[in-house]
Amino acid sequence: MTNIEPILKNIIINDDHPQSKDRMKTENLNAFFGKVHALKNISLSIPKNKVLAIIGPSGCGKSTFLRCLNRMHEEVGGTIKGNVLLDSENIMKYDPVLLRKRVGMIFQKPNPFPTMSVADNVTAGLRLNGFHNRKKLREITEKYLRQAALWDEVKDILKTPGANLSGGQQQRLCIARTLAVEPEVILMDEPASALDPISTSKIEELIFELKKNYTIVIVTHNMQQAARISDYTAFFLLGELVETDKTTKIFTNPKLKKTEDYVTGRFG
Amino acid sequence: MPYNFHYKWRKIKSSIMMILSIICALIAIIPLFLILFYTISQGFSSINWAFFTQMPKPAGEPGGGMANALVGTGILVAIGSLIGLPVGILSGIYLSENSSSIFAKMVRFLTEVLNGVPSIVIGVVAYVLVVLPMKRFSAIAGGVALAILMMPLITRTTEEMIKLIPHSFREAALGLGIPRWKTTLFIIMPAAFKGIFTGILLSIARAAGETAPLLFTALGNRFWSTQLDQPIASLTVFIYDYAKAPFDNWNRQAWAAALVLIILVTLINIIFRLVTRKRYA
Repeated sequence: MTNIEPILKNIIINDDHPQSKDRMKTENLNAFFGKVHALKNISLSIPKNKVLAIIGPSGCGKSTFLRCLNRMHEEVGGTIKGNVLLDSENIMKYDPVLLRKRVGMIFQKPNPFPTMSVADNVTAGLRLNGFHNRKKLREITEKYLRQAALWDEVKDILKTPGANLSGGQQQRLCIARTLAVEPEVILMDEPASALDPISTSKIEELIFELKKNYTIVIVTHNMQQAARISDYTAFFLLGELVETDKTTKIFTNPKLKKTEDYVTGRFG
Repeated sequence: MPYNFHYKWRKIKSSIMMILSIICALIAIIPLFLILFYTISQGFSSINWAFFTQMPKPAGEPGGGMANALVGTGILVAIGSLIGLPVGILSGIYLSENSSSIFAKMVRFLTEVLNGVPSIVIGVVAYVLVVLPMKRFSAIAGGVALAILMMPLITRTTEEMIKLIPHSFREAALGLGIPRWKTTLFIIMPAAFKGIFTGILLSIARAAGETAPLLFTALGNRFWSTQLDQPIASLTVFIYDYAKAPFDNWNRQAWAAALVLIILVTLINIIFRLVTRKRYA
């Protein structure tokens, strides 16, 4: 017992420490596309088990910021300066493949793998990393399709191509596929902007459920959506972080005039 | 009523262009029907079971077949595919994965040049590379010539087909923590499979129909041979020899062999279409 106590103490102390509430954090993050300076000195905290919404007009660097968090920015030939921390560790020291298992991503357009069935799509990330226990894979398929609120709609058509589902179903399939890899952080790049209002509300309900277990960063063009689902909001403009605060604060009583103009729809 | 006039004139122009393009489409398929009609009318009467199973008879004797040429073409195309497919597919993957590197641009340009090289020149190259060192004509030399012919075709179609797969699938896979090579092999390649397969079949059909690169590599053989280091018969060289021979029944057999070749190539196409039609269309 005497051996464990100091460790326990340590954990408790760490948990009270303000920094440990952040799952991810960027410090002076700069991102470039060739010579274009897309993100300028972004320092932003991403709190654990919360939803952080990133808003701002097109071309302000929202998506680029998101893609820096799982090093997808480098896949399209971009470069990064500054620090991105995941649980206080610099992700630039990580292998990108391992990092992306911990930081999953949902894209704007649903993109289920075209040659795979619904079930195979869910387990793609596991199977292609060498996990082949069929019984376990079936359990995992059901578990995460349920988590993505899709199980009841697809349980009888698990063997049909994933691309045959409706757009909204495809997007929830992509969410199930991402969840199956068991990430800690989920990045969502306008996940509902290609969907109809009913599918959108389903995705929003889902995000609300997911934040119990996951940390979520969502880029959105839809201010109402940001207000509805997020706990914190960051407002980006021309590659700079203008203001970040609790969502209620940003939408009701922002510090800066620029933020107020944007959230009330006076520009942007 | 200027509006009405312009409207009518526009309709007339549209009809004229439509008729012109229909006529051109017809002109484009006329040669195909002429070829089919001619080969069938000239060659069909000589096609019988013996034609496929027997060996060529000496000049003057009636009957005989082209069994050796049929097998020979099979062997030559097999050697060509064995060398040409892996090299072509892998370099196609390389070009699509690193499409903007200087080396890739160079390879792509050279592939296009190679694609435009006349097939007789490729025959000469194979002659120098294989026939001269071996000091004899051989099936291997013919296969190498066909491989050189097939490679640029396969490389280009593989690259183009992979590039047709939306980037979003690659990102989705990478986003799941799937390594890049597995993404290419298990996500991108299956999605591009149909198109790549078409390219492979087109190149096989082209190789099977080539005469020039075989003339001084595989040479041709009137006797049964499946030995890779010996001269070997092929359908196209059989046609070439028999068509210019001064014997009537040889000429008819050349037509028959041509008909067989056309049917073979068409069959390859049809089978492939049936096989790939319902795979997650």
